This record gives sequence, structure tokens and C-alpha cells, in this order.
Amino acid sequence: MADDELILGWRNSEWTGIAPLLEEDVAFSSIAQNEIGHARALYELAARELGTTADELAFDRQPSEYRCAQLVELRLVPDWARTIARHYLYESADQIRIEAFRDSAAAEIAGLATKIDREEVYHRMHAEMWFGRLGSDARVRVALDELWPYALGILNEELRPVLAGRVGLSLVQAVERGGHSPELAELWEEMTIVRRSVPAGAAW
Amino acid sequence: MGAPGDARRGSVIYEVFRQERKGQALQHAGSIEAPDGAFADAYAREQYGRRGESTALWVVPRESVHELEDFVDELERNYHRVDGYPLKEKLGKARELAAKSADALSAGSG
Repeated sequence: MADDELILGWRNSEWTGIAPLLEEDVAFSSIAQNEIGHARALYELAARELGTTADELAFDRQPSEYRCAQLVELRLVPDWARTIARHYLYESADQIRIEAFRDSAAAEIAGLATKIDREEVYHRMHAEMWFGRLGSDARVRVALDELWPYALGILNEELRPVLAGRVGLSLVQAVERGGHSPELAELWEEMTIVRRSVPAGAAW
Repeated sequence: MGAPGDARRGSVIYEVFRQERKGQALQHAGSIEAPDGAFADAYAREQYGRRGESTALWVVPRESVHELEDFVDELERNYHRVDGYPLKEKLGKARELAAKSADALSAGSG
């Protein structure tokens, strides 16, 4: 989940400066920033378990070692229709995932999921607003069909029917986690360029 | 979305007022361009409502705001206003007048 949020946060922030409206630029950038904040909180939780640091988990792996779903890797700029389709699908899937985590027996996970959920309320409102406005547009419908198999890959198999029910699409073969598109390697190069410019362990 | 112009057509301007602390009057904070009220609310939250910046926001379509700028004060009734009654000045004039009458009285009796 942390990898999903980090990579999606990166992709969403590619719209900073070029969103359709100035106000939307601020709103979408702020959503991207929230996603990265969520990623950080999740990495820190995992880091404690694994005896490492959040930064190391976020940046020091090779692209093939990331566990993000391919939906978040796709570079969709400058296509706003496809961006909104992904935004809507991702936020819907994420909500289902967060609901499951809120019920976790592990107090830390349940607590973090609850906190994340509070911010996600605005993400979902925003996605639904845009989807309400553009959902009948032909380009968005095409994008929805194209991205749907990728969206299913966000969730574990048992939760996929819930997503299908919520967005009103029928289940299809999902694009499963494990594989990565070549776009991830490109993104990773850019994302870690500063990190890799100094020796490991350097203090910032 | 099509050409950049598409987003502007059908856009409405909203004015945002924010309250700094509970009980205080709201102050104008800025304008927002949005296609409808729901978007305007979302954008207003983003720009003025994060991190506990404000305790309340009013989001109003600009056309609902009536601007008044022309206030009639033909006779300059400045005594209606707190700062329109210059006490020192009037006291000074009264003293002058009193001094003149005193002179006139003493001149008359001499």
C-alpha cells in the first residue's frame, strides 16, 4: 500500500502547474502531498517491523523490488480524462482497503488507517465531484474501461467484487501485482536522482 | 477536457470569507473560480481550510454580494461622527469669544 501511495503521489504531482484550473492545481497537488504523507506513515510502520528506515524503504530498492500495482505507475499527464478515471477508481479501491485495515487486530494499523481515512474523505469527495461532472464524457468512459483491469489489481481477490459493486462495472481479469511497466523504471530514476547523488547514509 | 478555454466557460466566481477564531467577524479572504458550488466548497477548503487555519468559511457566489460604495454626506454633518466634533478647536473659539466680550465689557466701563 505504501508503494501504491508513493508512486501515485508522484504521478499526481506531475499535474502541478498544468492542471485545468488554478484552483484544481492547488487541490490536486494537495491530494498528491497527502498520498505521500500516507506513504511515509506506512513506511515508518513497516520500517519498525523490518529494522530499517522509511527513507531506505521508499528510495533504496530497485524498481523491480517495489510492490505497487501497475495502475499507479501509468504516466497519464497530460490527459485529464484518464487522470480523473484513475483518480476515481483508485480512491474507490483505496476506500475498500482502508475499511479492511480499520478492522485490523493490530492496533497500530487500525489507528493509522483511521487517521488516513479522515484525509481520504476529501479525496473521495473530490474524485466523485469530478467523476460526476465528466463521467458521461466519452473519453472518460473509454479510460474507465481501459484502466478497470488495472484498478482490480489494487485489491486482493476477495475484495474485488466489492469494488465492482461500488463502481458498477463487471469483474474482469485483473492486472496483478508483481509485474511492472517500463514507466516505473523511468519514474524511479527521476524520483531517486537526488538520493543517489550522495553516498548512502549521508545526513541531510 | 479540450482546449484550455473549455474550463473557463461556465465558471463562476465565488468570494470566500474566513473566521480566524470563534466569535470573531468573518473577513474576506479571496476569490475562487469554480464550475459550481460543490467545487467551490472543495476548493475553499483546500485554500483556506487546511491545518486549522480558519474556524469557519463562508463561500458566496460573487453575484450574491451587493457592493455599496457611494455614501451621501452633502451637508457634512460631521457632528454625527465621533471624530467629527473637534473639542479643542471649539473650546479655543469659545475662549476667544469670551475674551472679546470681557474686553468689550471692561472697555465699556472705562
